[in-house]
Amino acid sequence: MATDHELHLRDRLTRLRSLNLLGGVRLSGELEKLQRQLDRIQTAPTDEEIWRSVELARHQDRPYTLDYVERLLDDWVELHGDRGRADDAALVVGLGKFNGRTIALLGNQKGRDIKERTHRNFGMAYPEGYRKAMRLMELADRHRFPLVSLVDIPGAYPGVAAEQHGQGGAIARAQALMSRLDVPTVACVIGEGGSGGAIATALADKVLMQENAIYTVISPEGCAAILWRDAAEAKKAAAAFKPDAVHCLELGVIDGIVPEPEGGAHTDPDQSAKLLGESLEEALEELESVPADDLKRRRRAKFRSLGVYA
Amino acid sequence: MSSRIDVSIEHRNVPEPPGKQHPNTCPECQSHYRDDELEAALWVCPHCGHHFPMRARARVASLVDQGTFVEEAAELRSEDPLQFFDLRPYTERLAEAEMKTGLGEAMVIGHASIEGTSCELAVMDFSFMGGSMGSVVGEKFSRACDSAAERGVPLVSVTASGGARMQEGILSLMQLPKTVCAVEDLHDAGQALISVMTHPTTAGVLASFASLGDVIVAEPGALVAFTGPRVVQQTTREKLPEDFGLAEQNLRFGHIDAIVPRPELKPYVSRLLRLFARNGD
Repeated sequence: MATDHELHLRDRLTRLRSLNLLGGVRLSGELEKLQRQLDRIQTAPTDEEIWRSVELARHQDRPYTLDYVERLLDDWVELHGDRGRADDAALVVGLGKFNGRTIALLGNQKGRDIKERTHRNFGMAYPEGYRKAMRLMELADRHRFPLVSLVDIPGAYPGVAAEQHGQGGAIARAQALMSRLDVPTVACVIGEGGSGGAIATALADKVLMQENAIYTVISPEGCAAILWRDAAEAKKAAAAFKPDAVHCLELGVIDGIVPEPEGGAHTDPDQSAKLLGESLEEALEELESVPADDLKRRRRAKFRSLGVYA
Repeated sequence: MSSRIDVSIEHRNVPEPPGKQHPNTCPECQSHYRDDELEAALWVCPHCGHHFPMRARARVASLVDQGTFVEEAAELRSEDPLQFFDLRPYTERLAEAEMKTGLGEAMVIGHASIEGTSCELAVMDFSFMGGSMGSVVGEKFSRACDSAAERGVPLVSVTASGGARMQEGILSLMQLPKTVCAVEDLHDAGQALISVMTHPTTAGVLASFASLGDVIVAEPGALVAFTGPRVVQQTTREKLPEDFGLAEQNLRFGHIDAIVPRPELKPYVSRLLRLFARNGD
C-alpha cells in the first residue's frame, strides 16, 4: 500500500509542477517562501489542518475587503446602488488606483461588530448586490479598467425577498457577464468562498486563494446536515470535501495560492495586504499583455475544462 | 436506505410526509392511477392537473418527433476525484443510481427534430441522485452547446435538479461557470438556448445555465428557487408566502417568460424553434 501511496504522491507532484503555483511569490529572492509553499503542497493537508483553515477563514479578526482596499488602493471611491432597487452593503464596489493604474474592485464585506454585521447582512449578498457588481463590471469593461474581485461570502442570502428578487438568475447573469469581459480580471478568495454566492464574482482570468481561505460548494455544516443528517459533523464533512487552497489548486480550480503571515491573515493585516498586493500585481501584469480576445477565449476554455470524468 | 440523498426539496403544499405516498398517487388530490394511465396522460393528473415527475427518456419521447433522437456522450461516467465517503462511498451511490435509473448520469443529451425543426436537447433526470450537477452533467451540457453550435441549431434544456453534486466538492461548484461559459459560446455562435424548468429547478442549476435561456418557461407548480422553502424557513424564520419559490411566483416577479402545461410544451417549444431559425435558412 505504501507504494500505491507514493505513486499517488508522485503523480500529484508531476501535475502540480506543471501548474502555475506561486501567485504572490516574486521570483527574486523569495526562495524561502517558495520553499514553504512547495513543502505545503507536497504534503496533503491533514483533516486537522483543513479544519484549521475553515476556522481561520472565518476568524472574526480576519481582514475583510475594505481592510485590503485601505492598504492597497489610493484614491478609493466607493460606488453605491444597483440603479434599480437598492444598495447592498454586503458587497462593496468602487474605483481606485492600484500601483498607479485605475482598477475596478468589488468584494464581499462582512462586519466587525453586531451593528455592522447586521448592516452588512453577515456578508451575504442579495441579488441587488450582484446587480451592483455587474454595474461595476460593465463600467470596467467600458473604460478598460482591470477588474479585481475579492471573495469572502458564507453564501448568497437565502431569504424570501432574495428569492423574489431573483437570486439564482442574478448569480447566473453575473457569471455570464464576467465571461464576456474584455478586460483582465483577477479574483482572490480571501476568506470564505461560499458556493454560488462566491462563484458569481469569481469567473476570472486568474483565480487565487489565500493560504487559509476555503472554497466550497456548500458550507461544512450544510453538507453535514444533509449527508450525515447532523450539522455537528461539519468537521467530517470538511475533511471529505476538502475545501482548502492546496486541494483547490490540485484540482485546477484555482491558479495560485497567496501566502499569509504565519498564524493566519488576522495576525498581521499589513503583511497580509502586502502579500495579497504582490500576487494581484503579478497576476495583472501577466494579463495586461494579453490581447482582449485571447483573454476571453482562454478564460472560457479554462472554466470549460474543469471537471473529472471518464 | 432512502434514495433521497443530497437535496432538500419540499413542496409546501404537499401533505406530510411526502415520501410515504405511492408514487402514482397525486399529492394534490389523492387520485390514484395505474402506470399506463399516467403514461398516457404524460404524468399529469387528469383530475387536478398536478405534474408528476417525468423521467428523462420519457421527456425526450414526449418532445421529439418519433425516431429522430440520437443520443450523444452517453458513455460519460463520473469519477470520484475526492474519494468521497460520507455514510457510503460516492462510487457506490453512483452505481446504485445507474442501476435504479438505467441512466449513466443525471442528464441525457442528443439531437432531434421537434415538429420537423432540428434542435439539440439536454434533459435532466431527477431520479439520478436528485438531478445533481457534477462533472458529467457539466460536461454533457457543455458538449450539447458545442453540438448545437456546430449544427447551427438551438439548444433546448429541460432541468430538474436539486443543485450541485456535493460529493464532487468544489468541482461540482465549478460546473456553474463551466456551463455558463458554454452558453456564452453558444450565444456567440448565434444560437439560442430555450430553458424549460421543471420541478424542481434549484440551487446550482438555477444559478447557472438554466437562468441564461433566451426564453425561460416553467411547468405549473414547479419549484424554481435558488434556496428551497425549507432552508429559507429554517435559516431566516421568515413567514413564507403560500406560493413561495413556485413557478407562479417566479412568473409574477418577472423571472420566467411563461408557465406551460406539459401537454402544450411540444407545440410551444416548436413555435420558438421556428422563431429562432435564422431568417433565410
